[in-house]
Amino acid sequence: MHMADALISPAVGGALWAVSGGLLAGCARKVQQTLRDDLVPLMGVLGAFIFAAQMINFSIPGTGSSGHLGGGLLLTVLLGPYAAFLVIASVLTVQAFFFADGGLLALGCNIFNLGFFPAFVAYPLIYRVIARDQFGTSRAWVAALVAAIAGLQLGALCVVLETKASGISELPFRAFVLMMLPIHLVIGVVEGLATAAVVAFVARARSEALPTAPAAGASVSLRPMLIGLALAAVVMGGVVSWFASTHPDGLEWSIAKVTGHQEVTAPGAPLHRKLAAVQERTAMLPGYGFQAGKAAPAAPADARPASWPTVSAGTSVSGIVGGLMTLALAGLIGFVLKARSMQRVSGNG
Amino acid sequence: MGIANWIEIGRMDELGRMDTPAHRLDARAKAVVTLAFVVIVMSFPRHAVSALTPFLLYPVVLIAVGQIPARHILKKILVAAPFALVIGIFNPFMDRVPVATLGPLVITGGWVSFVSIMFRFVLTVGAALALVACTGLYRLGAGLEQLGVPRVFVMQLLFLYRYLFVVADQGVKMMRGVELRSAGAHALRWRVYGSLIGQLLLRSLDRAERVHGAMLARGFDGKIRVLRQPSFRWTDWGFVGGGLLFLAAARAWNLAEAFGRVLTGMAR
Amino acid sequence: MSTCAVDVRDLFYAYPDGTEALKGISFRIEHGAAVALVGGNGAGKSTLLLHLNGCLPVQRGEVRIGDVPLTRETVTLAQRAVGMVFQDPDDQLFMPTVAEDVAFGPLNAGLSPEQVEARVAAALERVGMAPVRERPPYRLSAGEKRAVAIATVLAMAPDILVMDEPSSYLDPRARRRLIELLRSFEHTRIIATHDLELVVEVCSRVIVLDTGRVVADGPTGQILDDEMLMLAHGLERPHILRHRHPH
Repeated sequence: MHMADALISPAVGGALWAVSGGLLAGCARKVQQTLRDDLVPLMGVLGAFIFAAQMINFSIPGTGSSGHLGGGLLLTVLLGPYAAFLVIASVLTVQAFFFADGGLLALGCNIFNLGFFPAFVAYPLIYRVIARDQFGTSRAWVAALVAAIAGLQLGALCVVLETKASGISELPFRAFVLMMLPIHLVIGVVEGLATAAVVAFVARARSEALPTAPAAGASVSLRPMLIGLALAAVVMGGVVSWFASTHPDGLEWSIAKVTGHQEVTAPGAPLHRKLAAVQERTAMLPGYGFQAGKAAPAAPADARPASWPTVSAGTSVSGIVGGLMTLALAGLIGFVLKARSMQRVSGNG
Repeated sequence: MGIANWIEIGRMDELGRMDTPAHRLDARAKAVVTLAFVVIVMSFPRHAVSALTPFLLYPVVLIAVGQIPARHILKKILVAAPFALVIGIFNPFMDRVPVATLGPLVITGGWVSFVSIMFRFVLTVGAALALVACTGLYRLGAGLEQLGVPRVFVMQLLFLYRYLFVVADQGVKMMRGVELRSAGAHALRWRVYGSLIGQLLLRSLDRAERVHGAMLARGFDGKIRVLRQPSFRWTDWGFVGGGLLFLAAARAWNLAEAFGRVLTGMAR
Repeated sequence: MSTCAVDVRDLFYAYPDGTEALKGISFRIEHGAAVALVGGNGAGKSTLLLHLNGCLPVQRGEVRIGDVPLTRETVTLAQRAVGMVFQDPDDQLFMPTVAEDVAFGPLNAGLSPEQVEARVAAALERVGMAPVRERPPYRLSAGEKRAVAIATVLAMAPDILVMDEPSSYLDPRARRRLIELLRSFEHTRIIATHDLELVVEVCSRVIVLDTGRVVADGPTGQILDDEMLMLAHGLERPHILRHRHPH
């Protein structure tokens, strides 16, 4: 489900429209300038393909639910960032117009959240870096997974930021993040697997459809280290903090001091994509100390001292967020390095 | 499966190609007014409810004049509602400051802003759907291009739209082939999935190549040319002027409240 | 006035994966002739057709359209003269409405809006599809799509019409209309098809291909009536000849 107009203020919607509009114009120009005149029908047909593919579900083993391909990362693998961004935007536009899946004012936000991150962050900075020029190998699978997860997490984070900045919904930031990020983590895994499966198939059946140019001028030695660092940051942030001591994480501790409330924790419900379960889970939150005027801090359900593992969603959230920021930073470093080494290569060439 | 989805698109497309006064309005005029509508509706403060009610006129009038079956629009609004519902439902929990009493019931600010969110949802989605149902994607695309949207993007929209049915049709047939051999399971195992989607993708790539060949054979050189550009008539100007005026007035003053005062004044 | 419409000499073609599709094809077609290209699947019909409108580059041998040899530089000229109707009309109808599809070619050729309008109207009238000009292509029946596809090509005023399986997917009525239409054209017509009955009704000459070579080239009645020849190359004698209906 994409963002609806009802939760976006004109200021936020307008701002994101300006960004998306600029990106659209820039990508349109880039596509126009390429010498590939077969892009016009290719983009159109692939857009139709993604649309159709989104209607076909596959079952996720072990959970009893099903998922489908979002397609942003796959499109970027097939078309490159500029054309893919246009195609993603066109699919979102048709969905907004015909299914009311996303509002008109919010379309700018949706295009940014779901288009920018797969095309300009996840693919060039993560997928290409990890998979290099391989398709169908286990490396490519890992690349697809990490890229898809990262792209969706960043997109989900932006949804939260945009909604909060609009000020129409009163949903607290932390609760919202708590709801969005874990769900999109699962969606990201699903997306990564689906993307990798399709790419592997195409690589076997028709490898010339996939771009094979490796990242030009890659400074070989640093990249694996950066990747390792980034992955470690995510792993540490998300998983390890779950097993951290029961002392409230730094952030929550300061919140507790300031407001007199403990960070609210949700019981460790199994990650489940269905909305009903989400509602049920987060509806637990308001009962814990967010009532205006009631100052009694509610003790978190699992504040039993020194019982491992403590499933404290609060620490995980800041852990995941922190991990992602580290990932983004690592990607940024990688990008800068790549740009500099490309300069070096073109200087010699 | 989402077969229902693309049948929906076909239905919307049919509606968009009808010929009514609403359809005859220039696409640009409708697009501009609808966009202004959405922006103005969303510019209201958090707790506005009664002030929003006059805005219902715009989508209702457009749908009525455009002869769009209302239940069609309502169904879509209903289907899309859960997202806004899930986010908005937190407001009553967060904001418990009472603002009014209705007999024994205490109404908190949270409930008011929740109603406001849902009402805004209905308004904005209704207006967007009315726009598309009364215009059709082709005319809308051409209008958007005239308004400055890059041609490459508009062509992309139209091409996507054109081949949507073709590719979805192929997808449906392939799914049917799988379903007939999988004892009724509706979601595929992901190895089958990868293969099916992969096949669909390959066929799509093939088709794109053939279409490209057909375009080249008819002299395509990369530049997309269009046949005729519609121009604004006085009805279109009237629509834009009247629409914007109404929106501005409804924003500046709470017309519903004024109307209510008139009614209660008459009752006295 | 050039000597002949199409002149193919010793044409060879191999696909990137090495498969040899054409192994020395030669024939000449005069202006206004209606020639059928028949053969089993994989005989090379489609590959040959794709050479005629410049879709495939000439690897070895020569293809002349009018008197102009087909090279990378002359491809656009050739495309003006040759109108190709594809096997799947959905590949050829990619614009939002029928009228815009038919207008696509003339617009690209740089004609003025009035000229384009005139061409569109004339082409649609010729194939009897004027009533559907504002319809989107996916709302057409197979027969209507086929007719519109022909109109898109006619609008470019080609000298030569090349068609790949034109009667496929058509119901009997649509097929009958197609046959009448094809008989009424004065263009040079080259039709690749499995529909041998159509060949008897429309074409005066038949070229038989088998595994990339021309194995027979002559008048329709003579070639198609030769049962041994037909069977030897993956075909059969059409019923219409068996019963010798006068036409």
